Amino acid sequence: MAKNVLVKGVPRHSKSSQYRRKGLQYIKNKTTTPKKSIVNKNGGKWYSTVDISGRKLAKKGRGTAVLRKSITKGTVLILLAGRHVGKRVIFLKQLPSGLLLVTGPYHINGVPLRRVDQAYVIATSTKVDLKGVSLPDDFSEELVCRPKAKTVGGKSEKAFFATKKKGRHAFPKPTDARIAASKAVDAQVLERVNKVPYLKEYLARGFSLDNGDYPHLMQF
Amino acid sequence: MVFTRFVELGRVVLITYGPLEGKLAVIVNIIDQNKALIDGPSTVNGVERQAISFKRIALTDIVLPGVTPGMNVKSLTKKWEKADAQAKWDASSWAKRRAVRAARAKLNDFDRFKLRKARRKVAHARHIALKAAKA
Repeated sequence: MAKNVLVKGVPRHSKSSQYRRKGLQYIKNKTTTPKKSIVNKNGGKWYSTVDISGRKLAKKGRGTAVLRKSITKGTVLILLAGRHVGKRVIFLKQLPSGLLLVTGPYHINGVPLRRVDQAYVIATSTKVDLKGVSLPDDFSEELVCRPKAKTVGGKSEKAFFATKKKGRHAFPKPTDARIAASKAVDAQVLERVNKVPYLKEYLARGFSLDNGDYPHLMQF
Repeated sequence: MVFTRFVELGRVVLITYGPLEGKLAVIVNIIDQNKALIDGPSTVNGVERQAISFKRIALTDIVLPGVTPGMNVKSLTKKWEKADAQAKWDASSWAKRRAVRAARAKLNDFDRFKLRKARRKVAHARHIALKAAKA
């Protein structure tokens, strides 16, 4: 191959011929020129040396998360994030959104019927036999969704300063339907939990690491 | 206390590194300052005759008497059985500690919780007994 530089500072090819050699004319209007027209310009006998990518269409939307094999109905999970972090809860089922439906039960450790992401739990090998435990007939995922916050006192300037200390957002209390569903499920789960010795105390206890505990070496 | 645990023919060693970790073997020859020739005996625990670095073995208190340099496996097995090496090892506190550690590593989260509970119970009982004895 010929040298590209004749002497230092004097290129072999002029600026305009470089422009042609590099095929820059084809990528000048990169976004507006689709590849097809360039290829077929001279009867499809040559290909552009430059790859010009058109805009990619988004692929199919993401599906729901695949449930980890280690998580089955009745598995005890350790929560790793959120306000109940470190607590041990019982897995009930995967919801249509892919999130996990869990319960403390509320009576034992204060975790109500709740949704969590499986990325933020440790699945233990402990399983509670939940055969026959069922959700209420009118149960839907919306029931356990977090209610939307309401801005207190409207959007006026006065209201903004008046409520600043307390916080501008008030979260509505859980609906009666949600509480009822939680109670109905917990009653059944508690019954199963009480059958296993020490399980109740276990669920009431939070998970923590001590000196010399290496979670990657521990069995769960 | 005089130091008596030497690198010598017939010394039973514990392998502490590699795929054979945790297995016992007997020194059948000393190659140089860094390596020894060991044998399970292979008929007993499957550790084939091989050279191994001293860094990868730990010496135990057990010695098989009368092991000669490069002794064959058959005779070595006899010596092993006569000295009752495996039973001696199993009875040692070292082996027991290892067994406990291995068993604990296998516990799951719930088991660990129950173990903690049990230990507390023992400690509590001990505390009460101690108090009673002092009074």
